[in-house]
Amino acid sequence: MTSTNQTLNPAGGAVAPPAGLRPARRNAGRAAVTRRKWYEIIGLTAPAIVVYVMFVLVPMGFAFYYSLFRWRGVGPPTDFIGFDNYVMAFQDPIFLDALRNNAIIVFGSLAIQGPIALGVALLLNRTFRGRTLFRLLAFVPYVLAEVTVGIMWKLILTDGGTFDALLRAVGLGGLVQPWLADLDIVIWTLLFVLTWKYVGFAIILLLAGLSNVPQELNEAAQIDGASWWQIQRHVTLPLLGPTIRIWMFLSMIGSLQVFDVIWVTSVPAVRSLGASATMATYMVDNGFFARLWGYGNAVAVILFAISFVAALLFQRFLLRRDIEGAITRKAN
Amino acid sequence: MTANTTLSPSGRRRPVSWGNPLTYALALAVAAVSIAPVVYVIIGGFRTTPQIVANPAGLPDPWVWDNYARVLTQSNFWRQAFNSAVVSLGTTLGVVTLGVCAAFVLARYTFRGREVLYTFFTLGLLFPAGAAILPLYLMLRDLSLINSYYAVILPQIAFALPLTIVILRPFLSAIPRELEDAAAIDGTGRLGFLWRILLPLSRPALVTVGILAFVTSWNAFLLPLLVLGDANLHTLPLGVQNFSSQYTSDTAGILAFTSLAMLPALLFFTFAEKQIVGGLQGAVKG
Repeated sequence: MTSTNQTLNPAGGAVAPPAGLRPARRNAGRAAVTRRKWYEIIGLTAPAIVVYVMFVLVPMGFAFYYSLFRWRGVGPPTDFIGFDNYVMAFQDPIFLDALRNNAIIVFGSLAIQGPIALGVALLLNRTFRGRTLFRLLAFVPYVLAEVTVGIMWKLILTDGGTFDALLRAVGLGGLVQPWLADLDIVIWTLLFVLTWKYVGFAIILLLAGLSNVPQELNEAAQIDGASWWQIQRHVTLPLLGPTIRIWMFLSMIGSLQVFDVIWVTSVPAVRSLGASATMATYMVDNGFFARLWGYGNAVAVILFAISFVAALLFQRFLLRRDIEGAITRKAN
Repeated sequence: MTANTTLSPSGRRRPVSWGNPLTYALALAVAAVSIAPVVYVIIGGFRTTPQIVANPAGLPDPWVWDNYARVLTQSNFWRQAFNSAVVSLGTTLGVVTLGVCAAFVLARYTFRGREVLYTFFTLGLLFPAGAAILPLYLMLRDLSLINSYYAVILPQIAFALPLTIVILRPFLSAIPRELEDAAAIDGTGRLGFLWRILLPLSRPALVTVGILAFVTSWNAFLLPLLVLGDANLHTLPLGVQNFSSQYTSDTAGILAFTSLAMLPALLFFTFAEKQIVGGLQGAVKG
């Protein structure tokens, strides 16, 4: 029935059967091969599709449904209130603070991490003894759990803590601030902690981009008399464009949904005043801990919508060409 | 690389040179900023709380082992480390298994809708995982999975699948077709080819996606925070957070607990740095 020749066909599509076979048998064989192929395709992909749909896509659909109700999470939702939860969110000054904080984190991360990461990546891309070790050390913050990073910085930055002591020791005692308690300062302190934690990720990506820049181009530029700086500026940087844009994209999506570091580092009291809240912490505070499930789900949908629109705009205007070759690259 | 070293007239490889002093100064500064806080936490664990209060930036004098001993013997450290291990290993196993199967089909079968299916999975990369956490909690509650390892493992598998498939697919399609043909001539079906030839050959890629999934799961906080209310199931990140908010005055204890909690991640990273970094880079480079 299934001839060896046909299973041989790597593409699994139609293949010219051996000349000697009668057409009817040929079709039956081909059908069996096709059926078997589809069984394999379905059998192998079904588990992944089921898990992915069930735990990633379905919940998001439910979020929208729940967001239309006033619901404390007990029994099925019945108190339908349309889009009132959304209206409420945009009228809550704390949520607006959270939005502002997310904006600070998105743009602050791009503006601060970008140049630092670029500089460090160029530095660690030079060849010198011990480079591997220095790279390893520069990546350390990125591998640590967000929670340990948060607690670590919380202890260091606490009032009268190590950071303040260091400032005083070098004669900068006048700069000492309640870093995590001052409502105007805390978001910038958190931006600093986030920068420390995630700049390593940018460095990792940029080093990958740098390793793709052909050495010949550098050498050609050198022969033409270009200095190291000129080479970086006119040869390396333009070639890094795609990598930089992909990092910007990932950083943006990450910043919009940032939760762990904020949650652990900042005091709940400060967070509840909005000074250090983000959309995600606001969502969990209200939806999960205050049990305003309908409201929390509305915030989830807003968070999702903002991320989605940001992602689309970014793709449309900046990532258009790169994404083809990178994140959604085609096989072969 | 300094401008003049690359200009070696002959093509022979020169030994890696010492960089100039400025390079080292800058590299040292970067390293210091990266690890100083970590070193501070680890060393702080060897001090007593009164020592820390009296001089927050000092060195241990004398060195005390008591904090570390206390955490290791009296707290729930081992219980939480065990839970973290179960959850992370379960997630890793699930992601790699499901990811390989799906990536295999996407890489080596030709069928209608293949690219649609692939795009469908890659959409997950753009998806803010945090946004779905509340409805996810409700769904797990309705499935009676709250307070079980599954409540963390299953969603983590789902969220790690897109990256896994994006990394694995090009790798699996790069393995030459001739190997598949040869296997078929020897009477091996396509599944046999996957099991006996493709999997052994793609071990580096499997290790990479496995490690990425493991580290992500090991560090995860938000999902366990919501779905693991039972303290006996708490993972290490939850444990650290609870310890630090429960014993706020025991600064030395918190430092010791935090150091011990980072230790596995640091060790793991030291041994698997190539895979972690290579995996992230590969995912972006394609």
